[in-house]
Amino acid sequence: MAEEKKETPLKKVLIIVAKGSIEDIYAGLVMANGAVMEGIETKLFFTFFGMDAIIKKRQNKAKTATVGNPAMRMPGGLPFPTLLGTLPGVEAGVSAMMKSQMEALDVPPVDEFIEMIVAGGGELYACKLAFDMFKLKREQLDDNVIDVITVGQLYEMAGGENTQIIFT
Amino acid sequence: MATKTYAGVNVDVTDDGYLTDPSQWNKDIAAEIAREEGIELTDKHFEVLTFLRAENDKGTQLTIRMVGKSGITDIKGLYQLFPAGPLKKSSRIAGIPKPTSCV
Repeated sequence: MAEEKKETPLKKVLIIVAKGSIEDIYAGLVMANGAVMEGIETKLFFTFFGMDAIIKKRQNKAKTATVGNPAMRMPGGLPFPTLLGTLPGVEAGVSAMMKSQMEALDVPPVDEFIEMIVAGGGELYACKLAFDMFKLKREQLDDNVIDVITVGQLYEMAGGENTQIIFT
Repeated sequence: MATKTYAGVNVDVTDDGYLTDPSQWNKDIAAEIAREEGIELTDKHFEVLTFLRAENDKGTQLTIRMVGKSGITDIKGLYQLFPAGPLKKSSRIAGIPKPTSCV
């Protein structure tokens, strides 16, 4: 007889976005939006280069690295030569292609994606350390950012049963 | 797979409670499934359900963004209509398959 599985649904997720490439930002946003759509309390915490996702002037200009990315492929599946990735315009071209492929799957640009997450009740926070280090100003950040907080405040938000912290 | 009775009609449903045949659906069935989800359907709900069913018929992969752009309601409104499940609950009530997209 099959053992009965005892599962209790996830109640809260804290998703930390620490890197600023297209795929790193979207990994966090897709996870967050998915959580909101499941009715899970969702908090996003942006730090270091992941801050680009909430900096108004940069959020829709993220790039995919064409150098130092061994999993990168040419259209058709052949490995992408690193030297090719160093040529002017290649990174921009690859990044534009990534974005258009995602748009085709109805994945919105970063600013719109954030609006969707917030519309569902998701919350956005910026890391104080990175904020200070990059000498940012509050008005540079997306208006949906609730607060600039310390890591201690982040952990205070992580209480309660069935909470998970996800680092992307 | 199982059979359930909604509004006096026997319908086939998946283990998750989604109708396997959208043509078995009607508004009374929708109202009963919605009650299971704790939702009382209004005309606005039915506008969304009709939109979802039409898109599903076309074979579209449904997303909440699509509903947000349909002109029926924005995404915030969609969350208010179908709390904690803007796409899953609405799809189930619309009698169409469980959504397969990640957005």
